[in-house]
Amino acid sequence: MLTEVHFLTIGEAHYSVQGPAHPPAHANPLSPDLAQYGVGMLQKMALHTHSHPDHHPGVQLSVVGAVAVGGAAGAAARYGAELLWPTGPSDFPWTILLVNTVGCFLMGVLMVTLKLRFPAAPRLISPLLGTGVLGGFTSFSHYTDNVRQLFDEGRPGYAVGCMLLTVVAALAAVTAGAVATHAALGHGYRTRDGA
Amino acid sequence: MTDWLLVLAGALVGAPLRYLLGVDAKFRLHSVFPWGTFAANASAALLLGFVAQGATDGDLGPRLQLLLATGFCGALSTWSTFSYELLTLGSARRLGLAGGYLLLSVGAGVGLSFAGAAVADAVF
Repeated sequence: MLTEVHFLTIGEAHYSVQGPAHPPAHANPLSPDLAQYGVGMLQKMALHTHSHPDHHPGVQLSVVGAVAVGGAAGAAARYGAELLWPTGPSDFPWTILLVNTVGCFLMGVLMVTLKLRFPAAPRLISPLLGTGVLGGFTSFSHYTDNVRQLFDEGRPGYAVGCMLLTVVAALAAVTAGAVATHAALGHGYRTRDGA
Repeated sequence: MTDWLLVLAGALVGAPLRYLLGVDAKFRLHSVFPWGTFAANASAALLLGFVAQGATDGDLGPRLQLLLATGFCGALSTWSTFSYELLTLGSARRLGLAGGYLLLSVGAGVGLSFAGAAVADAVF
């Protein structure tokens, strides 16, 4: 299973997580000369007009708005989870761990689904659902602050446990989501990986 | 009701700020290292350490917690994009970069959380 993960082609989907503004890494060599920078950017903008229509500068307000609305919805869902399953400062923070794990799994599912099944999806979908909803739902700062509070509460075992378990759970979840979606959509890992 | 609005208001600012940090870092630095997400997570960890410890010290009330901690810091920082970036780097066999990104993020995040809390202790 692990070797199959290596064949995932998620460069483009990855950059659409961050925003549709970036060329894929393999088409993005560092310019050797700073004077060439502007020219290089223009060439890349031309090359990537179709898949990356929002090149910076000129961030599109609609994308920012989609991220904001999605992020607010995701944060509200996380707040709801905290209300439903509150954890005290010296408890193991299961709720945030679960929120982050579920969010990572869904990110794997979403990115692969968009790439394989809906490559021509409306350009706001990925910012809305990925960067927005799932980004706002999961929280890295709650994770680090839970670890700090557990240390402060004299629970170093819980603190280290939370620190490590979250990393393992998040990585397993995003990998499982991506691999399972690849399998469910019936695509071989190399279908779009010719290069 | 107000509680939910405070969370929404904080997140309405935090999430797009993370997006803009990502776009800006990509444009400026031209690096495959996800500096944007790293900056968002690190700054949110610092601020949340300050805000949460400010609540413990008694000066930052529950309303500010919902707005700044649950809403703003929660939406500014992310695990889902972070984990997907790690998967992407790993899939591209950039394992050293992925490992460095993971260790740097967790180390800086926890460290900055303590730093933010120390500032709160000093201020309040």
